Amino acid sequence: MLGILRDLLRYNAEFRIGIVLVGFVLLLSMLASFSPYPPQDVYVVPPDVPPSLTYWFGTTSRGQDVFWQLTFAIRNTLLFGCTVALISRVLALVIGLLSGYKGGWIDRVLMSINDTFIVIPLLPILVLFYFVMRDSMSWLMLALIMACLGWAYDARLIRSVAMSLKMREFTQSSVFSGMSTREILVQEHLPYVMPIVFSTTMNNMIWSIGLEVTLAVLGFTDINTPTIGGMIYWANQHTAMVAGVWWWIAFPTVVVIMTFIGLFLLAVSMNEYIDPRSRLSRMGRVTS
Amino acid sequence: MSGYLAYIAKRLAQFVLVVFIGINLAYVITHATPIDPVEQSISAVTSFGNTAPGAIEQMRTSLRELYGLEGSAIQQYVVFWKRILRADFGPSMSAFPTPVSTLIARALPWTTGLLVVSTIVTWVLGNLLGGLAGYYQRSRGLKLLGVIAMGLHPIPYYILALLLLIVFGFLWPVLPITGGSAMNLPQAWSWAFVTSVLKHSILPALSLILIGVGSWFLGMRSLVSNVVTEDYVTYAELAGVKSRRILSSYVMRNALVPQVTGLAISLGGIFNGAVITEKVFGYPGVGSLLVDAVYAGDYGLVLGVTTISILGVSIGVLAIDLLYPLLDPRVKVS
Repeated sequence: MLGILRDLLRYNAEFRIGIVLVGFVLLLSMLASFSPYPPQDVYVVPPDVPPSLTYWFGTTSRGQDVFWQLTFAIRNTLLFGCTVALISRVLALVIGLLSGYKGGWIDRVLMSINDTFIVIPLLPILVLFYFVMRDSMSWLMLALIMACLGWAYDARLIRSVAMSLKMREFTQSSVFSGMSTREILVQEHLPYVMPIVFSTTMNNMIWSIGLEVTLAVLGFTDINTPTIGGMIYWANQHTAMVAGVWWWIAFPTVVVIMTFIGLFLLAVSMNEYIDPRSRLSRMGRVTS
Repeated sequence: MSGYLAYIAKRLAQFVLVVFIGINLAYVITHATPIDPVEQSISAVTSFGNTAPGAIEQMRTSLRELYGLEGSAIQQYVVFWKRILRADFGPSMSAFPTPVSTLIARALPWTTGLLVVSTIVTWVLGNLLGGLAGYYQRSRGLKLLGVIAMGLHPIPYYILALLLLIVFGFLWPVLPITGGSAMNLPQAWSWAFVTSVLKHSILPALSLILIGVGSWFLGMRSLVSNVVTEDYVTYAELAGVKSRRILSSYVMRNALVPQVTGLAISLGGIFNGAVITEKVFGYPGVGSLLVDAVYAGDYGLVLGVTTISILGVSIGVLAIDLLYPLLDPRVKVS
């Protein structure tokens, strides 16, 4: 495992940049525990102060320190992405492995449902959800709903690997040695799909955080929990751009873009690592 | 030929399934959640000021009827489907008494126009540039494009639209940043109106194109760089086929097949982006309609737009699926 990390760091510029970006964002989110102000308090500092040595990223029109507010926001946003990714990974693994291994009508039924979830436009559905739930739409609730909607694409990917694993000899020998389907899937097939699971985790986080930012900016989430989208929502509510309080919008935007590019580069470099052909060409290019 | 028919039948079945599951999702959300939507709407309306108790009671009855909450669960389900099939979502509450279907019909051409044009431009541009970048791997300019695409691709729609809005709205105000056309023009096929529509659509379309083009570029580049290592490409090169011809009819055509499937798959996501873009730029399409309907607490309109968008996206996917055999003749045989 450490060897893989070392190789990636040495041969893969994308991985290096991705690690730096994600590392920075993670560090920022960890600083939240040291914040001198509770996240939901307003008017704790003078409002509308531009970035200075006392207030690094300036202060908001609601009298919050942008820097400390941002640490809470990015922490909640990342936590949200991880929660959605974790739950939807479990769903994608179960459905993908089962569908690929079992084949037949189970595969056909699961995959038609799967394809439906790939195609359906999710934003209107999520908006409808918010419309019905209103104030009962908590942070965790949204994460759960999005996890239930966001597994389909990766399940198909896992299924295609599981189908080829099924043809391999070791699957036959485990069947003949009397292992149950569950045992084969968990003990024999799961380790093979783990690399894909990792790289899709990044992509899933990009997807879920992107949708969360979008919904929050429109005010369709629990806006009292600070998230990146929530910060931009409040900034828009106070017409920050017109009022010239640009730092209220600029810093959250920069941080969220760093998160996205970092996660994306990690996903890309992992995909390359999984595909040995591109890994070889890359190492060849470095040595020659 | 029978292979083609079987293919079409399969796609049609999938289309029906998508619409069925989508509408059922909408039903479950509106009827099976523990929250009472009627009380939610009433509290949303009454939070603005005092309302007479009699009026609230009347509102409650009419809302229950509108939400289809009368009768048993099965009756409710049947009523729900009847409404969907007749495209009857009742009158809009925020633009009373205009029917919801009229509002949607008014907004739909805007969204369809914006989406179709920007999606086609995005797809063609991304695949063309990506194909070139995969074939001429040494070119510096194309390498630079790859880096830009990688940087643009993961940014969410809202953030990019916001950046464009800031750049063209505050820093360098040359383009109109809100609305679908100039306010003072009548909506007719006049030269002034058409140019005004085009001008207003530049920024929304640009944000959709900038976000979308990256993924097609990156996908096509890696597909093409895989295809060029195939034996038949080497053979064509040795046989002296012109490199432009190799690129267009040997490499690109084969690499395009998965990209068409990709277009069908990503249509739902593109629509999501359009909703946001429309809201940011105040474009008078169904996206703005949806968001404003939520703010106004207009149940019929929200449900109507959700249904229409599920239907619209599935029709788009079906259309791409039906065109697919033209590109990949293998479908007809198997």
